[in-house]
Amino acid sequence: MKVTRREFFKLTGVAALAAVVVGCDWENDPVFSHRLEDAKEVTTICPYCSCGCGAICYVVGGKLVSVSGDPDHPINEGALCSKGASLLNLNTVYNLRTHDPELNPNRLDKVLYRAPYSQTWVEKNWRWAMDRIAKKVKETRDESFERQADGITVNRTKAIAHLGSAALDNEENYLLAKLMRSLGIVNMDHHARL
Amino acid sequence: MAYAVLVDTKKCMACRGCQVACKDWNRLPAGATKFRGSYTNPPTLEAHTWNHLIFSETDQGRWLFANYACMHCTDAACVNVCPAGAVQRTKNGTVWPDPDKCIGCGLCVQHCPFHVPHLSKTTNKMGKCTGCAERTSQGLRPACVTTCPNGALQYGERNALLQQAKERVQSLREQGFAQANIYGENEMHGLGRIYILTERPAAYGLPENPCYSASAWIWQLARRPLGKLASVGLFSGLVVGFLRWRGDRIQHKGDNTM
Amino acid sequence: MTNHWIDYQHSDVIMAIGVNTAENHPVSMRWIDRARERGAKLISIDPRLTRTAAVADIWLPLRPGTDIALLGGLINYTFENNLWQHEYVVNYTNASYLLAPSYSFADGVFSGLADGAYDRESWQYELDEKGNPLQDLTLQHPRCVFQVMKGHYARYDKDTVCRTVGCSPEDFERVAATFCATGAPGKAGNILYAMGITQSTHGSQNVRATAVLQLLLGNIGIPGGGVNAQRGEANVQGSTDMAMLFHILPGYLNMPQAKAHPTLADYNAKETPASSYWANKPKFLVSLLKAWWGERAAGDNDFCYHWLPKLDGRNRSHIAIFESMARNEIKGMFVWGQNPAVGGPQAELERKALENLDWMVAVDLFETETASFWRRPKVQPADIKTEVFLLPAAASYEKDGSVSNSGRWIQWRHKAIQPPGEARSDLWIADQLYKAICYHYLRGGVFPEPIVGLNWHYGEGEEEPDIEKVALEINGYDTGSGQPLENFTKLSADGSTACGCWIYSGYYNDLQDPPTKRRIRETEGIGTHAGWSYVWPLNRRILYNRCSSDPSGSPWNPELPLVWWEGGQWQMNDVPDFAWKDAPPEKTAGSPFIMLPELQARLFSPGMVDGPFPEHYEPVESPVANVLSPQQNNPVIIWWQGLGKLASSKEFPYIGTTYRVSEHWQSGIMTRNSPWLAEMAPEMFVEISLELGAKLGISNGSEVLVSTPRGEIKAVAYVTRRLKPMAVAGNMVEIVGMPWHWGYRGLFPGDSANVLTPHVGDPNTTIPEYKAFLCNIRRA
Repeated sequence: MKVTRREFFKLTGVAALAAVVVGCDWENDPVFSHRLEDAKEVTTICPYCSCGCGAICYVVGGKLVSVSGDPDHPINEGALCSKGASLLNLNTVYNLRTHDPELNPNRLDKVLYRAPYSQTWVEKNWRWAMDRIAKKVKETRDESFERQADGITVNRTKAIAHLGSAALDNEENYLLAKLMRSLGIVNMDHHARL
Repeated sequence: MAYAVLVDTKKCMACRGCQVACKDWNRLPAGATKFRGSYTNPPTLEAHTWNHLIFSETDQGRWLFANYACMHCTDAACVNVCPAGAVQRTKNGTVWPDPDKCIGCGLCVQHCPFHVPHLSKTTNKMGKCTGCAERTSQGLRPACVTTCPNGALQYGERNALLQQAKERVQSLREQGFAQANIYGENEMHGLGRIYILTERPAAYGLPENPCYSASAWIWQLARRPLGKLASVGLFSGLVVGFLRWRGDRIQHKGDNTM
Repeated sequence: MTNHWIDYQHSDVIMAIGVNTAENHPVSMRWIDRARERGAKLISIDPRLTRTAAVADIWLPLRPGTDIALLGGLINYTFENNLWQHEYVVNYTNASYLLAPSYSFADGVFSGLADGAYDRESWQYELDEKGNPLQDLTLQHPRCVFQVMKGHYARYDKDTVCRTVGCSPEDFERVAATFCATGAPGKAGNILYAMGITQSTHGSQNVRATAVLQLLLGNIGIPGGGVNAQRGEANVQGSTDMAMLFHILPGYLNMPQAKAHPTLADYNAKETPASSYWANKPKFLVSLLKAWWGERAAGDNDFCYHWLPKLDGRNRSHIAIFESMARNEIKGMFVWGQNPAVGGPQAELERKALENLDWMVAVDLFETETASFWRRPKVQPADIKTEVFLLPAAASYEKDGSVSNSGRWIQWRHKAIQPPGEARSDLWIADQLYKAICYHYLRGGVFPEPIVGLNWHYGEGEEEPDIEKVALEINGYDTGSGQPLENFTKLSADGSTACGCWIYSGYYNDLQDPPTKRRIRETEGIGTHAGWSYVWPLNRRILYNRCSSDPSGSPWNPELPLVWWEGGQWQMNDVPDFAWKDAPPEKTAGSPFIMLPELQARLFSPGMVDGPFPEHYEPVESPVANVLSPQQNNPVIIWWQGLGKLASSKEFPYIGTTYRVSEHWQSGIMTRNSPWLAEMAPEMFVEISLELGAKLGISNGSEVLVSTPRGEIKAVAYVTRRLKPMAVAGNMVEIVGMPWHWGYRGLFPGDSANVLTPHVGDPNTTIPEYKAFLCNIRRA
């Protein structure tokens, strides 16, 4: 049987408590509305440690407005530590001066390029960058490629290294494993070794 | 019916999910801080930091953790001194600040024995824990409680939590924590935060005998209808003297934190 | 992890050694405390009073790098007090196997050592005429594993252990009595570990020591037991499974070596054991080749096996790559969501090595120290030739995809919002990268076949690739019908199946309702939650679970049966980890470890490069001589050129050790750019004892300089009671503890602890020795 989040909520003591609290009589009766009532909920898994805690992203008008623990998730049952509770900050921060939400000003949102011996980054578009990277990869691979060594077919290049990544999804890692091996790259490693 | 937050300091592992979840729910920014030889940071509550985790070391080498935030006092200085009536105590025990009414006078900041309210430099409004009233009124627990991984923070009916705390303290004493005690049962006529402690309150940065000063009491009277004020005025000299004496005994939190 | 987070609730004793679980995996405490509510005990073994130690029932302070001494002491205590689980050890381990007479151990060295490496020929069983190992089920034969092992660890007596570890005999006794009591049948002891165990020049043997102890106590394969490696990143399990490593292909198939495996037939012959589930390896490799090269991979061309690169026998792990880069052998580098300029050992060496690159492609959410190495402090960008591309990536909730947690749960993350600006998912970036490279190779180049021939059809042009197609390929499909395979038992070696990572087969076997996306909570049961996500292999939550019952099939703990024999059939709360169909208990009792050729667990293991039993050695930099043997260090350490001169304890008298804090993550690039986290832990600090502070005139909160032969860093001192000087072999030693989260970028920059750490690692894995090195500290 599938148990949805809403149903699960009813199964917990929280729901019983809720009835009491909602029914209570406020002095001067301030009226409160739940600020995420109408938000779209999207489930995710925390990207920090490997507990694999569930979190819910609350989205209003295409903007992320809050991230909190997924009460249905069997591992964390709604809880999150400080890192998990801070997930909003990877995208959105509150300005200290205005208290307004804004895109995390340090997030990269453009391709940056640093030319040899240059002092600065310059912004580039994806198409230019991908073509340039492809040419560099080809240049290095073609210069260093070994078809054979000691009479054995080896098809490899030792002049390119690939690091990463425990921060990527399985499907992304898989594609990179496939692509890099097809290029003959043997210098491959990542976080698991550190 | 009064509700409260139970802080089981013996369970708390200081992950500080509470500190961050509060900022997420309440849309609060972060400030610039320094490392001052303690994990406690920001070092005090602020207009945009409504709860923080106090790390304290004891001489015996124990490391103590306590979530610190508005105590939601039954007899709350901030409620009494606010000339604008912007802070009110609701029937479920939340001391709730109404930003629309706040005039930024700062009296609550001066008088709170727990150093909880702070004035925002940006908005000139008082900022402090609202008890997540917009959550609790919708049947959710406060954000700090919801995020706590192992139940070190709990939310519920105050009397039930108090009973639970007493049983826990008894059990801790049996386990050898002879100093185990409850904080918040009677302080300020009862706090909306009940602490389970294994050392004296001061070891966690909690004031041992919190009370507010005479002038706060005077403010409370000033807010009442004039007739009452006149009759009470006869006794005011006596009362001021007594409360000033009590006020001097307020211990400031943070003195022994590391 | 052999078990999983929720299963911690069933433990009777939890020993956290080399893991700071409350700080680095806080939600684990939810389940640890669930166990403690029933009376379970938590033991924390750590040099510092960490947040875990602060809430534990017992804290044993241990000198960094002496885990084997302590664990060896616990093994010896188990023997001395007859606490080992007899029936389990006799039936489920190789305790009864006789060792060949050629095996020996003396003066800290095993037989076969020559020129800094072991010839492992002598670490073998004694065989009968048919080639089967000889056994003595009474465990009395002087050359049986049990007796040899007992002799080996007899040297690890309480006094020797305490003198090495720096703990008090009382603390040792408390830990030993508490944990080793879980050897009683029906009791569950759980060992948690993390980088405190692995980041050592004997890290793999540290792990082995935990496994050996757990086997002796009968704690593997049972609810609440296990050896649980708490991994550091959300998907480091998955990235390992997908072989983002030099030595393996997806699903833990060894990378082909040029000399040993010139052809597919050679690979299969040498890599496929006669027994164990690995006998199916040819099916896994051929299905992988079919996934990669599609129709081009056929029986008559060895399924394109020769298109795979072949290794030259040299180590190509992290340290090796940077040593190679420093020698100017590497021209280009990709780095995805990783930050070696902060996270790599001997960071200045690694930063300098990056200057030798012609080009670097870095993909991240924020500007990392690695991507900006050319404008780091004290260098002139005008002197650095490297062309750098910094590509903006989508955050975890700005894209779709799955991640595998420490318990091997493959869970799906759904896209919640668009990434900002021109940031894109790594999947899109990988797809565009392939298309751009392929475009040029279609117009010529060196050996373009494996590239242009790659089976790569996930989307058109610049659209987001169809992740479901990738997931289906990983899961595996029938190459005729294109239909998903149920799981890896359906794989074949004839080219009729394609599968990108055999252990994941089953995670996406239903396109309408993929198991990885399932969210069905268990409402009764033992917390297995079999309907929540998919766990590799075969949705099995607790590995080696035949061991949860005795040889006759009765559960050791009737309150917590996992897989057990009742009413003439197997009953199960989990997917059995043995060939259970039509197999009564007596047929399965001798084969509970299906991935090992013996089908039984190895107390003695010939598979390690540095010895069949864990043996204590000092870290490469240590202030004391080895108390247990005249062999100071692991004798087969790889000595890298970049390491340079080691620190002497005269100039560098204090033990440096690195670690993490709750508020930051790894090299800190995500958390130092998250204001809510950065304000809680804004600056680089080091922790020292009150005694050391007083001796050096360092006051709490003042600035200090910490140095090693590799470099010097500035930090704020935290003078604390949580660290104590330790009495080690008659000397008092002090520890300087430091988090490693800072670097020269981000909201709150600071010096990197890894400037201090050495370029040296474990001989099996080359994981760097971050946890124990020598340093000096003074007022700034």
